[in-house]
Amino acid sequence: MTLGALNYGELSVGKKLAIKYFSVAMVLFLAQMLFGLLAAWQFIAPDFLFGFLDFNVNRMVHINAMVVWLLYGFIGSIFWLIEDESGVPLVGAKIAEATFWVLTLAVVIVVLVYLFVQSGPGETATLWLINEGREYIEAPRWTDIGIVVCMVAIFYNVLATFLKGQWSGISGVLVLDLIALAGLYLCGMFYTTNLPVDQYWWWWVIHLWVEATWEVLVGCIMAWGLIKTLGARRKIVTTWLYIEVALMFGSGILGLGHHYFWIGTPEYWLGIGGFFSALEPIPLVAMVVHSVYDAGKHAFRSNNHPALAWLIAHAFGNFFGAGVWGFMQTLPQINLYTHGTQWASSHGHLAFFGAYVTIVVAFIYLALQKLRGDVWMSGGLVDQGRKWKWALVLTHVGMVGMTIALLIAGYEQSFVERAIGGSTWQAYFEGQMRPWFVEAMWWRMAFGVLMTVGVVLLLWDFLTIGAKEMKPMLEVKSLDEEAEDVQVGEVGVAAQS
Amino acid sequence: MAESYESQWWVSESFWRKCAIFITAGMALVLVFLTFHTLYAIGAGADAGRVPAYSVINYRIDYVPDEERGHLVPEIGPMVPLFGEVMSEEDAKALVNHGKLTVQARNCMNCHTLLGNGAYYAPDLTKAWLDPGWGNEQARELLMTMFLKDPVTNARTFGTNRKMPNQDLTDDEVRGVIAYLKWMSAIDTNGFPANFETLPQDGPVYEPPSEASEEGAT
Repeated sequence: MTLGALNYGELSVGKKLAIKYFSVAMVLFLAQMLFGLLAAWQFIAPDFLFGFLDFNVNRMVHINAMVVWLLYGFIGSIFWLIEDESGVPLVGAKIAEATFWVLTLAVVIVVLVYLFVQSGPGETATLWLINEGREYIEAPRWTDIGIVVCMVAIFYNVLATFLKGQWSGISGVLVLDLIALAGLYLCGMFYTTNLPVDQYWWWWVIHLWVEATWEVLVGCIMAWGLIKTLGARRKIVTTWLYIEVALMFGSGILGLGHHYFWIGTPEYWLGIGGFFSALEPIPLVAMVVHSVYDAGKHAFRSNNHPALAWLIAHAFGNFFGAGVWGFMQTLPQINLYTHGTQWASSHGHLAFFGAYVTIVVAFIYLALQKLRGDVWMSGGLVDQGRKWKWALVLTHVGMVGMTIALLIAGYEQSFVERAIGGSTWQAYFEGQMRPWFVEAMWWRMAFGVLMTVGVVLLLWDFLTIGAKEMKPMLEVKSLDEEAEDVQVGEVGVAAQS
Repeated sequence: MAESYESQWWVSESFWRKCAIFITAGMALVLVFLTFHTLYAIGAGADAGRVPAYSVINYRIDYVPDEERGHLVPEIGPMVPLFGEVMSEEDAKALVNHGKLTVQARNCMNCHTLLGNGAYYAPDLTKAWLDPGWGNEQARELLMTMFLKDPVTNARTFGTNRKMPNQDLTDDEVRGVIAYLKWMSAIDTNGFPANFETLPQDGPVYEPPSEASEEGAT
């Protein structure tokens, strides 16, 4: 490996594959930003692209691009860590390679159909070929089947590799979580006339993904990341992971009930959903305590500053975005007025960014370090780390700005449209015209542009970081190793005396 | 010192591993149990009365205060068949189904919300059938049809200029969408949306053809 050069050829099979997944993920990240800007602008200027690229198309591509790129980021992260964690090369490398290309081809086709076909007649064939029309999982049924086949293939790679190599606490949780994650997707793959039944199962996919299995998945990635960047002790990290799983599934599985307040499901969900979803922030607090404690314990002596910064950002972003912003509207007494308003988009923006974008970015920095030949990525980079620091600041300021703007719009909407106006069409539009709402849409736009600048800078940094570094990576020792060193030293001193 | 606390049960890996497994399994079991009950309760036309049979589109639907429950609930009134045509449960289901397929195929949920779920660019459709914007019961079906056939010309943007793009719906699709919205408005949503005031519904109710008139016709 050559310091600073792109050592792609010398990477192991799993790590090469991870780089491919990360590359597609970043293209889709850019697409997500672009279509988000278009949709945001349509709130301000409704005639913009009207009848050509309507809001529903832009919004669908904005969110679908995100879901897919985060999944690509997770899959890439798993392929990156699997060989280190299991101690053996990836099993079924050819299948894994084929899966990547099939999946990527499917994504490209789906996006082209979204953009150029957009919709179809009210027939079952439309749901199979063009658009399923159910928020977040709009991908037509043929792609659903393809995704499941690809997920089974990836699951085979993961399971077979760990079976051949060694198991750990992290890999055990990871494998069980992947079974749940893939299995839950099946719950979204059917059609029924009955809308409450439709939405009941639809939430199994959406909620049990993002508020349960995805959280546990990033818990695994976080655990591995802390060991890698800080040399955190595996025993402590693994114990924390188990605690987080217990708290996450303990609150999140029945927390599902907070989506069953108003969709026709029985009244007992008001109590069950309200209670358990109110507990959902607790594991996120645990994750903050865990990561900040570990970072402090090691005096922030990390071998990869950008990765550690984004890991810390993840801990706080997850807590505020998913935890606090979710908690604010999770009790039914409040949710009655906030459900289906800009409150939800405020929460959605900060939660997905804080919980998931941050950790994938952190992981990509870990991967880039290796790709550049285990190069120096601690303090005192050649460009003083200006690019990664500015990217971090701009994306965060942009995201927090959008979140606050949307929250103000949401407050106004729940008062004017919901509480006073009673949610009629007229009340809806009255809410959309008040200055607090209109100005919030302008602020959201401005901060969205700021964030896009941050993302472009981030991608530029991805392409260049480590390229001109001449120093090898900082060696981080785990506290276990340091303790051993001290003991050896003491024994040595004792022997001399 | 360090060893003394590391030997405690509450910091042991195996204790927390067991906790993770048993808590997850326990919660999943409870969810499965509740799912059986909920699915039983929300069948269309089930005794629980939460989700109406599809033939509810033959009746007047209202949204009225329920003092015991403390919020608004759907109320099924006298027969006022959709488009003046009494339908069997199967025919009604087929029509509502066509409406739901159309709503999915045209990607309505990425602008509108249904039962509060979807996007926030356009109004919620949960009680669209009962919206006071349609004026009164007699005018409603015609206005809804005209709007869905040509939402640009018949735009109802209340001054925002946020129009609905023309979806090129066929006549059958329009009828299906209206049937779907009428059925949706009769779902018991625990009082969501709150404070909603329905349009006046005091038009003529359906009277079955009397034997005399049938004889007269033959």
